[in-house]
Amino acid sequence: MSHRRPEPVQIVKERRDKALQALVDAVPYATFIGITFERRGDELTALLPFDEKLIGNPLLPALHGGAIASFLEVTSIVGLAWQSLWDDVESGRIKGEDLSAESLPRLPKTIDFTVDYLRTGLPRDAYARARVNRSGRRYASVHVEAWQDNRSRLFAQATGHFLMPPAVEAPLG
Amino acid sequence: MEPSEKARIAKQFIEAIPFSRALQMHLDEIGDGVAQISMPWAKDLVGDPRTGVIHGGAVSALMDTCGGAAVMSHPEAPAGTATIDLRIDYMRAAKPGDVIHARAECYHVTRSVGFVRASAWDGDSDQPVATAAGAFTIERPKGSSS
Repeated sequence: MSHRRPEPVQIVKERRDKALQALVDAVPYATFIGITFERRGDELTALLPFDEKLIGNPLLPALHGGAIASFLEVTSIVGLAWQSLWDDVESGRIKGEDLSAESLPRLPKTIDFTVDYLRTGLPRDAYARARVNRSGRRYASVHVEAWQDNRSRLFAQATGHFLMPPAVEAPLG
Repeated sequence: MEPSEKARIAKQFIEAIPFSRALQMHLDEIGDGVAQISMPWAKDLVGDPRTGVIHGGAVSALMDTCGGAAVMSHPEAPAGTATIDLRIDYMRAAKPGDVIHARAECYHVTRSVGFVRASAWDGDSDQPVATAAGAFTIERPKGSSS
């Protein structure tokens, strides 16, 4: 009975981390705000480290609503793009050596985005996770939640609709 | 407080916001529940380097700031506010290199809530890049009766 040995764990991790990094590097605004992503398998957690420039109300002080909206929208777009990129990379449709900001599939485009501000954004690190509730060929619906100290005490959440980029064609032969 | 004095305080407050400064927002007009703010195109704000189009999040930040400014300048609202919710509809990509302008109107206030609509456009186009609708808190000083 033929049995293919699983790939060495280091190779698998390297390929996935490289794909994620290429995706995040493709969004200059994410870098400007300071957003990074942590990966556990295919699950992503976005991290927004506190920075003085993210303040919206210096008297409280509190994070700017626009900084929070930006964090949630970046998390949604990266989360959505990551889902299809994961499939493309794991199936071999996109090769690891081809991954760069220029060669990545196009990013989804936001159609609409609605943010609920549940609590004041405190001057400290924030985290967010996006959940893709529906991803069709053309449209996707994403929900994203953000918290600071306690995972169960969200300080903001959002729902957005996105226009999906054309799918990557399987290579011939 | 005189409306002009209120507008002056709101302008001062908005221009001191670190995040708005980081995005180089400029307050062009404020008063009577209406605010207009512009934001220049910048490399840092780009969402996709292959197109040079500004990220939706930066447009959200502009709309949010402009909405808050409109609430603060409303004659019946004290000068403090926070966003409760904001919905943005993106009609088209903003033209790379162009300044984005946003105009927000606080069209109704109750004791506790200010209702806002806003739109954003680029260059001298009258086709909106995005429109927004939101609700903002009306922060009244503790113990105030008005």
